[in-house]
Amino acid sequence: MQDLGIRVLFMGNNFMRLLGGLWVTIQLSLISILLSVIFGILLGIVMTLKNPVTKCITRIYLEFIRIMPQLVLLFLVYFGATKAFGINLSGETSAVIVFTLWGTAEMGDLVRGALISIPKHQYESGAALGMENAQIYRYIIIPQTLRRLIPLSINLATRMIKTTSLIVMIGVVEVLKVGQQIIEANRYTVPDSALWIYVTIFFLYFLVCWPFSVLAGKLEKKWKN
Amino acid sequence: MKETEKLLEIRHLHKDYGEGTILEDVSLDIHKGEVVVLIGPSGCGKSTFLRCINGLEPIQSGEIFLDGENIIANKTKWSEVRQKIGMVFQSYDLFPHMTVLDNILLGPTKVQRRDKKEATAEAEKLLERVGLLDRKDAYPRQLSGGQKQRVAIVRALIMKPEIMLFDEVTAALDPEMVREVLDVMLELAKSGSTMMIVTHEMQFARAVADKIVFLDGGEIVETGAPEDFFNSPKTERASRFLHTFTFDQVK
Ligand SMILES: Nc1ncnc2c1ncn2[C@@H]1O[C@H](COP(=O)(O)OP(=O)(O)OP(=O)(O)O)[C@@H](O)[C@H]1O
Ligand SMILES: [Mg+2]
Repeated sequence: MQDLGIRVLFMGNNFMRLLGGLWVTIQLSLISILLSVIFGILLGIVMTLKNPVTKCITRIYLEFIRIMPQLVLLFLVYFGATKAFGINLSGETSAVIVFTLWGTAEMGDLVRGALISIPKHQYESGAALGMENAQIYRYIIIPQTLRRLIPLSINLATRMIKTTSLIVMIGVVEVLKVGQQIIEANRYTVPDSALWIYVTIFFLYFLVCWPFSVLAGKLEKKWKN
Repeated sequence: MKETEKLLEIRHLHKDYGEGTILEDVSLDIHKGEVVVLIGPSGCGKSTFLRCINGLEPIQSGEIFLDGENIIANKTKWSEVRQKIGMVFQSYDLFPHMTVLDNILLGPTKVQRRDKKEATAEAEKLLERVGLLDRKDAYPRQLSGGQKQRVAIVRALIMKPEIMLFDEVTAALDPEMVREVLDVMLELAKSGSTMMIVTHEMQFARAVADKIVFLDGGEIVETGAPEDFFNSPKTERASRFLHTFTFDQVK
């Protein structure tokens, strides 16, 4: 009976364990997001350079990361690194590496897009007022770039949080894994615990991601011009 | 034109973009208080000429003197020179993330480091003069094209430039908004501003100019007082150009 299934959440410290798993998810996501933002801004600036070499390299990097399913990248780093270089990476480290590689590529493309979307006239109007380059960037270009960039990068962050669920496949004990363990452990006592656990995980993800989505939408509307 | 001091002296300016020559041996003097109107067919280099004067385009040879000082020198601090040369472009290029007032205050407060209160008071006075004081807290997207151009003029004026350059500031406007912008420029001319104006509005050119400069194929073909130039152009090319603005009677 389904109304019995919910029991499983309150047995022992199951719910706290789920939250603990969620915390792992959040931590790994936040570290990856933070690194992606830093490297992505640098990558985005490099991508706007007119140098054919950097153009080609960044293009290949972006395409490669985009074509590869994240799961393949995870396996590649987690198992491949051990095989190829004899380094033993933990699942957590592999996860951060892969999500940073991916996030950097996506973030870089967003930054590039935001930068090139500022018309040349904005730079020239600033220059015509006698502004120095640094002032043009500080007062005119960067504020406009951020207005375009922030909602998009929040959306990227929620995508990254959701996608971290894949790391269950390389043995990281995050929220999904904890859920599976609970289901396993109660297979006979609470046979339909799976539904309840997954519904709970669904809500946990929702609670983490939803505020970001709302915020992104709000900012986007506010800054539209 | 009475003999006043030369504000801007352009000597043998030569400009090319790698392939063809855009401006060839262009020389021109602008005196204090003078209004020079630059006309010529599309693509003849009018915009390029204005952009060379405030250093938005590098030039290949020639000299430009502002107040007797050569500004085509390696040590030229363009940020200082440009404060003396106001420029308004064809496309309304206000900063979209700032209100009208903030657009206007950016130059005086950040570049000239003037007191914000004083600058605000002056901004409001100028806005009043162009009839837009009630729009000072609006964002550019909430303004019509003509209003944006008037704000752009104020944004340049508040820097107290010695000369203003206008590059076809009404060309992108709907016809009914052209007048309000031209009126502002006429008023500036009357109050003694030094200006260099590129325009396709011949009636306006005639009314506002002290001197007409006709540019064609990258060189100055003819210079003259507006009455002489429009009534009896000296060169064949100028009269052909002026002819494109009149229509022969069909019947
Ligand atoms: N960045 C550039 N690179 C190469 N050629 C350019 C560039 N900008 C302008 N040109 C060329 O220089 C010539 C003069 O252009 P300019 O914009 O100064 O003409 P204009 O007289 O202002 O014309 P219009 O009346 O259409 O505004 C044109 O032939 C144009 O194609
Ligand atoms: Mg032009």
